[in-house]
Amino acid sequence: MSTLNVKQNELRFDLRIVASLVAPGSRVLDLGCGEGDLLKFLRDQKQVSGTGVERTETGVAECVAKGLSVIHGDINEEVRDYPDQAFDYVILSQTLQQVYEPDRLIRSLLRIGKKGIVSFPNFSHWRIRLQLLLTGRAPISPQLPYEWYDTPNIRVITIEDFRAFARKTGFRILREVAVRTPNHEQQGSIINLLPNLLATYGIFLIGKDNQP
Amino acid sequence: MTKVSEYIDHDQHGVSVGIVEKKLFTFAEPPHEMLLESGAKLGPVTIAYETYGELDAGKSNAILVLHALTGDSHVAGYYSPDDPKPGWWDIMVGPGKAIDTDLYFVVCSNILGSCMGSTGPSSINPAANLPYALDFPLVTLGDMVTAQKALLDHLGITRVLSVIGGSLGGMQVLEWTIRYPDMVASAIPLATTTRHSALAIAFNEVARQAIMADPNWNNGDYYAGPKPDLGLALARMIGHITYLSDESMRHKFGRRLQDRMDFSFDFDANFQVESYLHYQGTKFVDRFDANSLLFLTKAADYFDLEYHYGQGSAVAAFAHAKARFLVVSFTSDWLYPTYQSKAMVKAMKKNGLDVSFCEIEAAWGHDAFLLPSERLNTMVKGFLERVYLECQTK
Repeated sequence: MSTLNVKQNELRFDLRIVASLVAPGSRVLDLGCGEGDLLKFLRDQKQVSGTGVERTETGVAECVAKGLSVIHGDINEEVRDYPDQAFDYVILSQTLQQVYEPDRLIRSLLRIGKKGIVSFPNFSHWRIRLQLLLTGRAPISPQLPYEWYDTPNIRVITIEDFRAFARKTGFRILREVAVRTPNHEQQGSIINLLPNLLATYGIFLIGKDNQP
Repeated sequence: MTKVSEYIDHDQHGVSVGIVEKKLFTFAEPPHEMLLESGAKLGPVTIAYETYGELDAGKSNAILVLHALTGDSHVAGYYSPDDPKPGWWDIMVGPGKAIDTDLYFVVCSNILGSCMGSTGPSSINPAANLPYALDFPLVTLGDMVTAQKALLDHLGITRVLSVIGGSLGGMQVLEWTIRYPDMVASAIPLATTTRHSALAIAFNEVARQAIMADPNWNNGDYYAGPKPDLGLALARMIGHITYLSDESMRHKFGRRLQDRMDFSFDFDANFQVESYLHYQGTKFVDRFDANSLLFLTKAADYFDLEYHYGQGSAVAAFAHAKARFLVVSFTSDWLYPTYQSKAMVKAMKKNGLDVSFCEIEAAWGHDAFLLPSERLNTMVKGFLERVYLECQTK
């Protein structure tokens, strides 16, 4: 287990893992790109030509101010307009748990991108399990900090669930990285043992089923 | 879709490009007249323009700003030290501003058909030694852009960093990216459309009818006598309604009365909104030519990128474009609502163009694109800097 420190840049730890899965010089679409931290990192560090989709006006404005390309809109709608295989990677970071039709979105993602990178907070982390067991109330964690009545996260996903979802929906998991972010989201480590129990986030590189 | 001079104010920080000068460029002298899209010929053609900042040695830092329906070439700065008002986009163009004149060479020309220095229906027809009036040919947005291209040729500029404009200026921006794709590195169309909706055409037609119903209009032949001021003022009042929004009018006027406590029980302007429209109408006739408004509104109505370049398809039309785009719409703009911007963005995406889009929350209707907006400023600034940087390193 190696602890990575990210002092040299301010990119969140899970986003650094996502970035490490992207080949330099590739074309990337970041769905739900926020203020463009990941896209900016990919552009500056990996010569990636990127574009984002973002729901909030503030996020969009921040992206454009950084010189990034971004579309103001809903990810489910915006993915429809891109030509097939328009991107090398389509990234869905920390957003799957908020998507109404995940299977449909994943299919779109693999239509417009050669590969997808999907990450989400792992709901089967031992702290969450313990919280539910001991308190009997809907768990709240640093990764999922909302009450049941004000959460934008309409789905609970575990690493194990996502693997099963891949088999059922018919896409391939090309790589799987489970991470632990113990104190601060800027820092973390990669988990190899019992990821479904110990990881706070699951990050998956996915491709079409028939893809080598 | 206008230069809304009521909003123009001095920069709060006192930053300005300084004293500027309107220049004239004349081309298409007979027998080398300009061939218009309608098939008619026009010449000589004069284009009034202004420039700000310095063109760099490689002539690679030019930005073309395109004005709206009744605007002019005076984007920024002052004509003299005691000039009461700066140009119409002084908040956006100047040293250190979003369109930074310390970095860029900014060009703005008055559109063909207007009356602010460029050739239009009020110009003298050399064949008759009288104003053209209705003998002026119906110019299109494409013709306006062709004339701007002639000006850039004259200035020795073969490629611009960006073409930027709102409303009718935005339509010219779009026309530029399709007509001369290799000449524009980027484009910022604001609060605009690829073609007029029935609603936009309807308002324009009522405005034109208002002018033509004025007996002084006299089939356009009024330059030697009384002008159709009433018709033109009415046309402007109609236009102004389309530039506002239900929300902005509610905030700005509500049902408040103007300089009185109660109704006058006659047809005087009682409400503030009435008196505001009267004021805008009256003020407008001093600076604008009625025939120009007829020609320019018609050109706006005829504008249709899908039809002209894509056989009805926006996707096919934008297949010609190469520029990087920043498309911006405003929530309360009912003249060119967001769905129209979204449609062009969709077509750009389908063509694999590099496009950014933002819908800015703004209560002020179509006029919002001319009003101070920190959001718009930071976006335009960041977008241009990126394009500038990339063009420098290329």
